[in-house]
Amino acid sequence: MRDLVLETRDLRRTFKAKTGAVEAVAGVDLAVETGTIFGFLGPNGAGKTTTLRILTTLLPPSSGTATVMGLDVGTDAPAVRRRIGYVAQSGGSDPRMSGRGELVMQGRLFGMPGRDAHRRATELLEALDLADAGDRPVSTYSGGMRRRLDVGIGMVHRPGLLFLDEPTTGLDPQARARMWDEVRRLRDGGTTVFLTTHYLEEADALCDLLAIIDHGRIVASGTAAELKKAVAGDVVTIGVTGSGELVAQLLAAQPFVREAGFADGVVRCYVDDGESSLPAVLRLLDGQGLAPQSLALHRPSLDDVFLRQTGRSLRDTAA
Amino acid sequence: MRIFHDTWLVFRRSLGLTVRQPAWLIAGVMQPFVYLLLFGPLLNSLSSMPGFPPGGAFNVFVPGLLVMTALFGSTFVGFGFISEMRDGVVERMRVTPMSRTAAVLGRTLRDVVVFMVQGLILVVVAIPLGLRIDPVGVVVAFALLALIGLVLGPVSYAMALVIGSEDALAPLTQAIALPLLLLSGVMLPMSLAPDWLRTVASLNPLYHATLAIRALFNAQFSDPDVMVGIGVMAVCAVLSSWVASRTVNRATA
Repeated sequence: MRDLVLETRDLRRTFKAKTGAVEAVAGVDLAVETGTIFGFLGPNGAGKTTTLRILTTLLPPSSGTATVMGLDVGTDAPAVRRRIGYVAQSGGSDPRMSGRGELVMQGRLFGMPGRDAHRRATELLEALDLADAGDRPVSTYSGGMRRRLDVGIGMVHRPGLLFLDEPTTGLDPQARARMWDEVRRLRDGGTTVFLTTHYLEEADALCDLLAIIDHGRIVASGTAAELKKAVAGDVVTIGVTGSGELVAQLLAAQPFVREAGFADGVVRCYVDDGESSLPAVLRLLDGQGLAPQSLALHRPSLDDVFLRQTGRSLRDTAA
Repeated sequence: MRIFHDTWLVFRRSLGLTVRQPAWLIAGVMQPFVYLLLFGPLLNSLSSMPGFPPGGAFNVFVPGLLVMTALFGSTFVGFGFISEMRDGVVERMRVTPMSRTAAVLGRTLRDVVVFMVQGLILVVVAIPLGLRIDPVGVVVAFALLALIGLVLGPVSYAMALVIGSEDALAPLTQAIALPLLLLSGVMLPMSLAPDWLRTVASLNPLYHATLAIRALFNAQFSDPDVMVGIGVMAVCAVLSSWVASRTVNRATA
């Protein structure tokens, strides 16, 4: 029996728009195991943030249920808030306040006596390598420092479950690597981390378990390795000058091709055995006078998982 | 009680942020000063007109300026709140056990302290210019000023929370603040106004507050204006806090 820290059943959220009702979250089922880094991967506008806002009690669901540590986020919101930490994409620190001031304030809001809140603030500033900057206004912090402070604010009351909304968006590669280390350290310390991301690399490298969301629906979930294995065999990508649709159709009709599709200027062709398929692909295209511009063979990536499920490339939609 | 604990935390935090930006406080004091120095002398020649209230020009004008300081110090506070919302501060605190009412009450008390300090400076500066004061009257008058803040501040914060953008909040706030100001008799006493205008003004709680504060500065404690002003403002403060608290709790449940 897996120990679940978070579970949702058929979670839905509808917004009214000028064109009618829009279902931003359209029946999401999630199960997050205690002590893992859970990645919620999807393009912008897929429903990640809306789901996160429901899970953190900020937004009531239109229907369905969500339980966090056995508590219903709708009916037990105050109890849920005491047990979770939440770091919004835009952060949540006042640029005029000092980092220490914000940490102490947060601790006090969670009912810590002043002395404990100060001690905890010092502890977090040191752990997050912000000790030197702790008494400066947040407005003087770099993007990476600010994001680390935001994580610290979310961790003041030692929650068992921490929600991070796009924790590395807008960070340079160095600051991103640093944030990844921080998130791993949290998990190793026993905190379950639920993060959203539209970066494939982040989902792949950082997350123990993944759910991929598109148009408000979960299209795949599992470990990165499992997801990639489900896209059987190898992927041949072919750069084409002419009609990609035509090439894809032609390839899809071949017995050695499981599936082929055209998206973002390249044809992707899923085959069982890449090495032996390459010459066949080349021969076929040559025979039709459709010489490819480029040809590459690679193992399936998470992007292939996304592409297989949605027909679109996450790399492009995320831009 | 959580609400007192959290109100105190929010009050201290926001007062600290205000004190760190004294430019704002100075700007707030400047405006009544400009009125005092550039508009006050005009009233001196008016004060002999029939219908002009007793006590001399500055005893009519300074109480009015105090009400104006309280009015401007409370109706535009929603703008700062929107900027805090944009920084994510408000949302971050929503995912804590913090009392929702405290978020508004703590900030309102900060605003009250700020405009009371401005008002105090104003009174001190006006004494050499000709203002006569009664110490007890001034203390009660300032308590009444605090009530103005408790009436108007929560409304501004609740509007900011619901509206969420400066562009929409600005015209709405103007539309509320301007008639409140003009119908309160703070610039020129309403005793100079035609009957119909005075009747309309009597629907404005700030009109009664202004009359009460004028009477208090003149130590006319038995003047019915005093009790009416305090009563009207107390009722309004209770009503406004109740409505604002409901709105805030609903918007940030």
